[in-house]
Amino acid sequence: MDELLEEFLTEANESMDVLDIEVIRLEQNPDDAEIIGNIFRVMHTIKGTCGFLGLPRLEKVAHRAENVLGRVRENEIQATPEIVSLILETLDRIKGILVSLEQTEAEPEGDDDDITDRLDAIYNGDAGDAPSGEEAPAEENTSESTVEEEGLTAEAETPEEEQAETPPPKPPVEEKKETAVAKQPAKEGGSIATQSIRVNVDVLEDLMNFVSELVLTRNQLIQVARNEQDSLFTTPLQRLSHITTDLQETVMKTRMQPIGSAWSKLPRIIRDLGNDLNKKIDFTMIGEDTELDRQVIEMIRDPLMHMVRNSADHGLESTEGRLAAGKPEAGKVTLSAYHEGGYIIIEIADDGQGLNTEKIIEKAVANGLATEEEMRKLSDQQIHLFIFKPGFSTATEVTSVSGRGVGMDVVRTNIEKIGGSIELNSVTGQGSTFYIKIPLTLAIMPALIVESAGERFAIPQLSVIELVRVKDNIEYINGAPLLRLRNHLLALTSLRDLLHIDTEEENKDRYIVVSQVGSRNFGIMVDKVFDVEEIVVKPVSTVLQNIPLYAGNTILGDGNVIMILDPNSIATTVDQDSAASESLADSDNDAEGFNENTDFLLFSAGQGNPKAVSLSLVSRLEKVWSGNIERSNNRFVVQYRNHLMPLIWANGQEEIPEENIEMPILVFSENEKMMGLVVDDIVDIIEQELSIELLSDQEGSIGSAIINGKATDIIDVSYYIEKAFGDWFASQRSAKGDAAEGGSKKILLVDDSSFFRNLLSPVLSVAGYQVRAVKSAEEALVLCEKGLIFDAIVSDIEMPGISGFEFAETIKAGSIWEDTPLIALSAHTTPEDLEKGHQAGFSDYVSKTNRDALIESLRDIFNASFKAEELEEELEEQGAA
Amino acid sequence: MSNIVKREDFSVISPSEGNQEFVTIKIENQLFGIPVLMINDVLNFQPITKVYLASPEIRGILNLRGHIVTAIDLRCVLGVEKDETLDEEMIIVIEEAGQWFGFIVDEVGDVISLPDENFENNPGTMDDKWKKASSGVYRMEGELLVVLNIEALLNTLIS
Repeated sequence: MDELLEEFLTEANESMDVLDIEVIRLEQNPDDAEIIGNIFRVMHTIKGTCGFLGLPRLEKVAHRAENVLGRVRENEIQATPEIVSLILETLDRIKGILVSLEQTEAEPEGDDDDITDRLDAIYNGDAGDAPSGEEAPAEENTSESTVEEEGLTAEAETPEEEQAETPPPKPPVEEKKETAVAKQPAKEGGSIATQSIRVNVDVLEDLMNFVSELVLTRNQLIQVARNEQDSLFTTPLQRLSHITTDLQETVMKTRMQPIGSAWSKLPRIIRDLGNDLNKKIDFTMIGEDTELDRQVIEMIRDPLMHMVRNSADHGLESTEGRLAAGKPEAGKVTLSAYHEGGYIIIEIADDGQGLNTEKIIEKAVANGLATEEEMRKLSDQQIHLFIFKPGFSTATEVTSVSGRGVGMDVVRTNIEKIGGSIELNSVTGQGSTFYIKIPLTLAIMPALIVESAGERFAIPQLSVIELVRVKDNIEYINGAPLLRLRNHLLALTSLRDLLHIDTEEENKDRYIVVSQVGSRNFGIMVDKVFDVEEIVVKPVSTVLQNIPLYAGNTILGDGNVIMILDPNSIATTVDQDSAASESLADSDNDAEGFNENTDFLLFSAGQGNPKAVSLSLVSRLEKVWSGNIERSNNRFVVQYRNHLMPLIWANGQEEIPEENIEMPILVFSENEKMMGLVVDDIVDIIEQELSIELLSDQEGSIGSAIINGKATDIIDVSYYIEKAFGDWFASQRSAKGDAAEGGSKKILLVDDSSFFRNLLSPVLSVAGYQVRAVKSAEEALVLCEKGLIFDAIVSDIEMPGISGFEFAETIKAGSIWEDTPLIALSAHTTPEDLEKGHQAGFSDYVSKTNRDALIESLRDIFNASFKAEELEEELEEQGAA
Repeated sequence: MSNIVKREDFSVISPSEGNQEFVTIKIENQLFGIPVLMINDVLNFQPITKVYLASPEIRGILNLRGHIVTAIDLRCVLGVEKDETLDEEMIIVIEEAGQWFGFIVDEVGDVISLPDENFENNPGTMDDKWKKASSGVYRMEGELLVVLNIEALLNTLIS
């Protein structure tokens, strides 16, 4: 049964029981405002829920009854026995419909005019000042203008008159209902109302505590029994142990609820919001039945609502905006939840305009969060993180829906409070996706147990990235410890210093717990690292709550109590002004630099040199069993994420190994297409500058570079992709050999697809050009303003934000790049496109997938400009002569 | 948890009805009393996990049958100097508003019953720290018993 409906039924059945009692109490105390208020409220709730669930019949009955009750509440009419019986009759009718709902999941056929008419009659008994709402009937009462007492008597009489007028249809219907109502449930006995009971949360909490205690005692017993071989207790202890485990799991289950219960209000909210804002919103929820601790659900309910609202309000463009951007009229907001490694991931995605980077910069500067200069140095991703800063709201216009000052910082704080984290990914023009990672339960979580100066502490596993063992390689700047970790500096802090632990003991911090909070990385120095334990988190007592460094305390399996550290607050102590300065440090940006450092994935395949590929080209590393590989249409494929993925062997092999072995593969993907490159072994990831020393004429290789001191083949991913999908790059590449003729020409490559950037950079680099690649026209224009000079610009056309055409027009309109040759790069190369490109100022127009044409075009441009210069010189000479 | 007690049962602190029963404790030879019904447990001293950065009154935390008990050093609360010669301190465990606290004292004595008429408010000359921790004094033969006001005492620690 629909979960919402089920919940409603449980609740409605309970309400009915309450109402039965209350209405009867009302009859006894017709003037008790409190009772009337109660009844009114319950009826109102039922009406509201029915409307929401689309149960028109129930809604109508409840609505009419509510009308009458409303008047009683306002003391406009007296709760006479007649009215009370009518209300009770209404309740019976509602119950009847509820029973039928439970059995068939639909409202029964028929109508309730017999009852609603009578209710209306009472309601309209003095309809003068009643809002002439939808259901204002024809018969206007005339007693309105008379004295009040008279009015009252008139009201009291009306129902009877009405009844007298409408008796014939009533009895049969009523009769039928009655039988349907009374008999069937009695027969079945196991209705939803009786299958679930409501239990006070405190009882569950107590139960949980007792179970934790039981687990500890069990553990101690096992410890004791271990020392005694062949003890009489061994067998019963094992049984006890199993039962305890089962008990623990069952009790945990009582705390679990499907996340859908926190979402139930969202469709309605989105619908209303769409109406208010005049937007068409297509709201999808996926994974509603993902279960998590009810405590966690409570904690994320409001943040989620806020974020979904945000996505619909700020994320999605107006309908006109969408149409103008060539998007479907209805904006999509998708909320999904799924499990991932002991955590729940909740994604909130929209296909709207994406975050407005410029606006964020503006706002951050205006709010004094950072200077303009600092912001400009940050990557888009880093800039986007500013929305999580306190007091930040990008909506200049405060709508009724959002922008009420509860910003994303509150959302972040709430999520971090429960040990979760939030990340976002936003692409201008394509939408934003927020990822919330939260623990399944607050009660139990995995934590790393560490020791410092003889004291043990727990660090929540969620924030631990890796452990590094150190010897003497910690360096200091003005006393602040730092560690070089894969070519980055990691700020360190020692637990001894953080907690002011004074010991005689020699400082022997030997391990670094590399932790991540949000986008900040830092290392915690500790002496020893023990296991990861599932710990039961208990809040610290009130007298300790003023210490921010602790997130709680816990009892370990051995019965000792230890404190749980709070990585969030450690992060703030490590780097007071974290986000800005930290990210400045790791964006290692060399504004004038070319051929920036690249991460390479080293692997081995077949004989010869180790091979490498730019890590950014690899979307995933996977392992497949060779038994799962199939041969189809003369290609090797494997089923991967519900698709067939072609496989190519990097070592040129063309056979599936006979025995079923596990093989590492590199997955490359672009635009939903994926291929797997089967390698022998994945060796390492190295960061270094890409400088190809030797060009290769071997297929599948761009050339050789020295990586890690060894000559390494840089593989040509496009070769393999082409092999896997003959049609991916329609054009056939001619043989290589465009020797390094580029000299030291500098080329700016503008393309929003990191795939093509990474694909073309090496190609151009091989051809001898110095390449600077940026991911948007906006970024390119920043470089233009900075005054960087390039010999040629290669730009994509279809880009979010400023398109290639606009970009060309901008720079041709008097910028310092006015005379720089401009090559358009596009998937479309129709004559019209060419024409449009020329008009916009592009010197040439080449197909994105035809790399040789690009090289050719560049060569032409440089030759031409060389000739032009010669020509000019000639002319000048002539002029001089 | 043999004697978990509901809060309303120890309205006994009110000095107006009959006799009150107290567990007597000693700190630096001064006799103190805690209403007997408040007390959940009396423990011999046991290992306590130190909580760094906590105020000096808080000795640390310990595990009592699955409950985490925050151990509070009464000497420190009252401003009485540490006595290094003491090695067998005792802990009185009290559950207060769902949380467990252990008060570390020098020694725990008998349970005594005291008549209300012997109760007096805190004398004005009493040290401020003591005034905050005490709700009044009982006159006993040859000795005075200071009644500890646990709730007030905890409040001073929270702020």
